[in-house]
Order: sequence, then C-alpha cells, then structure tokens
Amino acid sequence: MIGKELLKVNNLKKYFPIQGGFLGRTVNHVKAVDDISFNVYEGETVSLVGESGCGKSTAGRVILRLEEPTAGEVIFNEINMTSLDKANLRKMRKDLQIIFQDPFASINPRQTVAQVLEEALQIQNLAPAEQRRSRALELLETVGLAPYQADRYPHEFSGGQRQRVGIARALSLNPKLIICDEAVSALDVSIRAQILNLLKKLQREFSLTYLFISHDLGVVRHISDRIIVMYLGRIMEIADKISLFENAQHPYTRALLSAIPIPRPGRKRERMVLAGDVPSAIDPPVGCRFHTRCPYVRDNCKEEVPQLRSAGNMAAGHLTACHYFEEINSP
Amino acid sequence: MLQFVVRRFIQTIPVVIGVTVLVFSLMHLIPGDPAQIMAGEAAQAETVEAMRERLGLNDPIPVQYFRYMGNLLQGDLGQSVRSSRSVVDEIQPRFWITMRLALYSMFVSVIIGLVAGVISAVRRYSLSDSMIMVAALIGFSMPSFWLGLMLIKYISIDLALLPPSGWGTWQQAILPVIALGTAGAAIIARMTRSSMLDVINQDYIRTARAKGLKERVVIYKHGLKNALIPVVTVVGIEMGMLLSGTVLTETVFAVNGMGRLAIDAIRSRDFPLVQGIVLVFALTFVTVNFLVDISYRYLNKRIELN
Ligand SMILES: Nc1ncnc2c1ncn2[C@@H]1O[C@H](COP(=O)(O)OP(=O)(O)O)[C@@H](O)[C@H]1O
Ligand SMILES: [Mg+2]
Repeated sequence: MIGKELLKVNNLKKYFPIQGGFLGRTVNHVKAVDDISFNVYEGETVSLVGESGCGKSTAGRVILRLEEPTAGEVIFNEINMTSLDKANLRKMRKDLQIIFQDPFASINPRQTVAQVLEEALQIQNLAPAEQRRSRALELLETVGLAPYQADRYPHEFSGGQRQRVGIARALSLNPKLIICDEAVSALDVSIRAQILNLLKKLQREFSLTYLFISHDLGVVRHISDRIIVMYLGRIMEIADKISLFENAQHPYTRALLSAIPIPRPGRKRERMVLAGDVPSAIDPPVGCRFHTRCPYVRDNCKEEVPQLRSAGNMAAGHLTACHYFEEINSP
Repeated sequence: MLQFVVRRFIQTIPVVIGVTVLVFSLMHLIPGDPAQIMAGEAAQAETVEAMRERLGLNDPIPVQYFRYMGNLLQGDLGQSVRSSRSVVDEIQPRFWITMRLALYSMFVSVIIGLVAGVISAVRRYSLSDSMIMVAALIGFSMPSFWLGLMLIKYISIDLALLPPSGWGTWQQAILPVIALGTAGAAIIARMTRSSMLDVINQDYIRTARAKGLKERVVIYKHGLKNALIPVVTVVGIEMGMLLSGTVLTETVFAVNGMGRLAIDAIRSRDFPLVQGIVLVFALTFVTVNFLVDISYRYLNKRIELN
C-alpha cells in the first residue's frame, strides 16, 4: 500500500551545545541526531527504535520543529518545514501532532480535558465557538472516553485513560501525521494492547500516518509497517517489519531482536548479549558508531563510516549500515 | 476550600498562644532584675520597688501570665515605661509605616523578580540570562544595611537625587524600598527562573506549542501559571525576611517605623514596649503565613489530590 511520500527527512542533524567553564562557552556538542534520512509514506506506520538515549525523541521533536535542527531538512507534504517562518509554521502545526510517553506530563494539569481539546480547536479555527464543546465530547467518544468525563482534570484519570486524552488532543487538530513518542511504554501490558488497538482503529478511520518511537522492538512489532533502527544518533538498519524480524542484517538489530523476551515456540534464537554500555553521544566512536560493542568488529570499522546499503538477499527498501554484513551473516 | 481555611485558621491558634508565652517570658528570661534594669542602675531601692509593683512583678508567674493574656485580649499591651503612653498608641502609627515599607518592597521585588526570572528562563544561556543571574547573585549576597548606606552615599549625597532619610513623600520611599526589596527580588528571580525552566521542559508545553499556540500564550498561559506555585511559597518566606529587614532599613534611613521603635525601646530598656513590638511582628508574620498558605492552596487546588 505505497501511498505518496508524506514525510521526508533529509540528512537531519541535531547537536546540543554543551556549555562549560566560567564564561559558559560552548565546549562541545551532544550529537543527539547525526545525519539521518528516511521517508514516511501516507497511511503507514514507521517505527523508530533503539536504546534509550540514541536520539529518537530528539528526532521526533526536530521533525515537528519543537526544536530547531542543526542541519538537514524536513519536508512534509511537499512543504519544507525547516524553512517555514513562525506564522506559517503555526498553521502547519495542526497537521503534525505528538503523543508523549507520560500523558499526565503532556496535559496542562490546570486544564480540564474539555478545555484542552477546545483550546486546540480554537487556535486552529477548526470549529466555531458554539460547536467546540460538542466536538470535544465527540472526540472523547472516539477515543473511548465518556462525555461525563469532559470536565475532569488530568489527575482524575488512570494512566490508560490519560493516554486516551492525549490521543484525543492530538486528534482534535485533524492531523495527517502523529508522532507517538513512547506512547505506550509506561502502560501495563493489557492496557498497552488496548491503546495500540485504538491507535490502529483510528489510523483506519482517519487515514493517519504514524511515526512510532519506542525503545522496545517487541512493542512496535504489532503496529509497524516499517522499522528504523537507530544507534547513537544514526540509522543502523531500515526494513519492512517482516524483513526486520526474519532477516535482520545488522549485528545491532540482531542483538536487539535476541533481547525480546518471548521467542516463538519451536524456534531457537541464540541470545546475543551486547558488551558494555552505550558510548557517550558527546564523542561518539569514530567510524561505525557500533564498533565498540560489536562482536564482529574489524579494523576498518574503527575508521570508515558505513553507509546504508542493500544486498541481493534483501527485500526492496531493506537497507543496513554495516561494512561486513554479508560475511557476518553467511552461514 | 472554606473547610481548608477554617482548619488552617485553627492551626494558627496554638502558634499564637506559643508566641504570647514566649513574648511574656522575655521579661523573665533576661538576666537580672527587670525592675532594676528598667529603673536604671543608679535607681533607689524605693523606685525599683515601685517599678516592680507597677509591672506586677511580685505576683506568681502564672498569675502574671493570665493577667497579661487578659489585658491582651482586651487590646491592652501595657504601658510604655519611658513615655507613659499605652504601648498600643506607641506602636500603631509606626506599624502602618512599617507595613507600607514592607508591602512596597514586596510589591517591587515580586514584579522585578518575576519579570527578570521569566526573561532569564525564556532566554536561557543568553547574555541577558547571565546578566540577570549575576545581578541576582550580587543582590542577595549584599546585606541590606550596606546597600542602604551605599545608596545614601552615592545617590543622596554624591548625586543628590533623592532624600537620604525620613518617610512621607514618595521620594523618601524609593531608597528604603530598594534597599529592602533587592534581596527578595533576587531570590524571586532565581526561583522563578528555575521553576519556569522546569515547567518549560514539560511535555504539555511541547504539546501546547505543537497545537500551534503563539509562543507568548504558551509561556504565560501554560507556563507561568504553573511555575508560580513554588514562587508563592518563596514570597511567604520573603515576607518574613522583609519584616525583620525593616529594623535595619528603618534605622539606616531614619524611617520612623516599628523597626526603629524596636531599637529605641531596646536601648531605653522599655520592656513593655519591646514585648508589644515583638508580639505585633510575630502576629503579622503568622497572619502573612496564613494568607500565603491559603493562596497557595487556591493556586494549587486543581492539581491537589484529595
Ligand atoms: N535539550 C537537550 N540538551 C542537551 N542534550 C540533550 C537534550 N535533549 C536530549 N539530549 C541528549 O541527546 C541524546 C538523545 O536523547 P533522546 O533524543 O531523548 O533519546 P531517546 O529518546 O532515544 O531516549 C541523549 O544523550 C540526551 O542526553
Ligand atoms: Mg525518548
């Protein structure tokens, strides 16, 4: 179901300056996102996975221009978001929404649910004043909440319900793309499934496109069409879901897969444990970012940066950034 | 809410009783014979005895306390030993001067502190942020009396811009208010900055931005309102500091307020007057705290879990 390209991310970088010393000069940078490129097609769900700290959230925020990119461009619906001025950006905002991990933290604690929703409708002029209330109630019903809950404050809801409020808030603007940043990570497993199902249902109903951010490959398995694996600010592997789970090429992806707790019965998967910690994003390893923890490391890995590339045994669109994946994976 | 106000009010009662006990004990806790001290070292035995009689110091202490409390409840704080006027009459005009000085200073430090703190937070790491934070550091490191003396020297004497002393015209109020309010402005600025930074980094600020709200609305409607809650507590503490600060400031600027009256009363060993002043200061502080708690609760009530 390849639709048109809704979102194009080209060579996106985000470096956070580190101020140091008495004068607060910039002494170094955290290279949170370091040159990533990918596309998202209309109607699909693309997941961004990787260990915590690898720059997923930063990527999400920069795409929404909640933070300014250091370099690169974000093209949404053929409009270059990175060069929009403030007024046009504000108008564009309604097309791209975000849902955060902690739904409590993403709703102003001093607004009732109805106020949150009505404010959104008002800013973007999506409903005349007298219809805002009924539209807000309708939205609550869409996400599985009852209208009588409209005048409650966020703290009066449970975790799963709050996440529904967060979803309603995002939906209120009629967006095309929703970025879900660890949107279900904080929820209990049973509730998590409910929310994932809700997201899927909404995707069909409103033809939404999702960029789904998670540190857990297991979670994104159900919802994704394609998966992007990130490590220390760079993309290690991109593939459609089946290829990624069945035919992962990058040693890092394989390590992540082997860490998913419930292996399918009848299938043996060797557990591949990564040595050491994630290196600092301030002075990331030269060459391949992953070389300090890679069991197959060779000299060249410490010098040359591997680019995303494909090979004969891989499905279309499956790319991996490893110099030696063919040799490593040959039996 | 009403229930909270009542409960909070009832809680102040033991505090107030404690204060009266302490204030009453002042007379008996000071070393030496209060009657002798008040009458003066050189006083004759009869004078001292008369003084003792007049103050009722011959009765057992509990009797004295209940008499003191009885008078207090009728609004009688005793008589000044020096002027023979009632302590209430001595304090009253001075009290309003001090309250005005404290409130003006509070007002000025809240306004300046909030504005500076918000600017600092919104422009974190910019030059204006650094300048505000350095100024705040200097501001609360400076003792108010020293700042007062410097203001008098440079602004009143060298530049002859404002009167160095007295109270009455607005020109006379400026320097004391600056001297007294600077430390508070500095503390409020720092508190506002850190509280605002906390709030600005919350996801609901991000979602507010993602809705397409104007940055100004994001900062003031979603940001500042939530950031104010911890600031209110600081303002309460600050008010206590201001009240005690008036003693020095009034002395430096020769303002005829209650602080200066306290110094005079202590110098002239006018114990009933000292007691009265301490009591009024303490009750003012208790009242301010009561009001602060209520406003804190009011601001916070929506996120408070019952
Ligand atoms: N505002 C910021 N200032 C400085 N460093 C930041 C900031 N936000 C994130 N980082 C750093 O960028 C890196 C990536 O963070 P993040 O995008 O939150 O990772 P993830 O979402 O994958 O866990 C981390 O090293 C983090 O410390
Ligand atoms: Mg994150």
